[in-house]
Amino acid sequence: MEFGSIGLAHYLTLSAILFTIGVFGIFLNRKNVIVILMSVEMILLAVNINLVSFSVYLNDLVGQIFTMFILTVAAAEAAIGLAILVVYFRNRGTIAVEDINMMKG
Amino acid sequence: MTLTAIAFYAFAIILLASAVRVITAKNPVHSVLFLILAFFNAAGLFVLIGAEFVAMILVIVYVGAVAVLFLFVVMMLDINFQELRQGFMRYMPVGLVVGAILAVELVFLAATQLAGGPVGGQANNAPIPPVDQVTNTEAIGHILYTDYVYAFQVSGLILLVAMIGAIVLTLRSRPGVRRQQIGQQLDRKRAEVVQVRKVPTRGGV
Repeated sequence: MEFGSIGLAHYLTLSAILFTIGVFGIFLNRKNVIVILMSVEMILLAVNINLVSFSVYLNDLVGQIFTMFILTVAAAEAAIGLAILVVYFRNRGTIAVEDINMMKG
Repeated sequence: MTLTAIAFYAFAIILLASAVRVITAKNPVHSVLFLILAFFNAAGLFVLIGAEFVAMILVIVYVGAVAVLFLFVVMMLDINFQELRQGFMRYMPVGLVVGAILAVELVFLAATQLAGGPVGGQANNAPIPPVDQVTNTEAIGHILYTDYVYAFQVSGLILLVAMIGAIVLTLRSRPGVRRQQIGQQLDRKRAEVVQVRKVPTRGGV
């Protein structure tokens, strides 16, 4: 399979940088849960890029199947996470991460 | 440099730039919009590499559902986002250190171990058929509904649980809301609620 000068390493490098940006985003926005959730979505996107590029370069379709499963889990995670966020905001009036310590002993 | 390479670099640069904007934007609405841009560019990369179905699923599921859900929640909650940005600069150094180490390690692995062309093509469970005979979507369907049907069903169950969970979490019974009570409606008899009166002329009821 010919992709010009673009090889597997290019895609893996891209996905590594995207993963790092996601982790960095979690560090940077320690207080804002919404941006943290978006960073998690970007990390999952990086994983998906990894899976799809390996699937194409190994000539094995299973990687794309698992990408779909990851998409499913990511969608479920986003829905549940945002629902928890809405309930939390309704009860406390804030979503700051540091205030979420009611269950601390 | 071929056209594919130019397209790859364009998609990749826009993807990474919008990803950086997602985590640095002051306004979370802008973050969500840049997230949508990032997902579109990732879908472009998937089309480029030959995974059309995953690309379309990415656009439909991520852009159409997840990103719009984020947008709804950001706009629905009345939050002072400036307050949440305190400490942005305080966590910058440790984040930069961790991120730099992670990036260097991952890129080092990708660049050194895999630069020597395509990796070996053995252990083929499901080889990708030629594109001119079977489309990507059809090939995925052939495998997904046969070899991976149980995993497919379980992913459907996960979505069901997530849906029920989201509804249970956010549903609340507010006081003072008048609802339809079907039992009471059906219990009404004609004799109890209908009166026939003889109204005298000019007298009124």
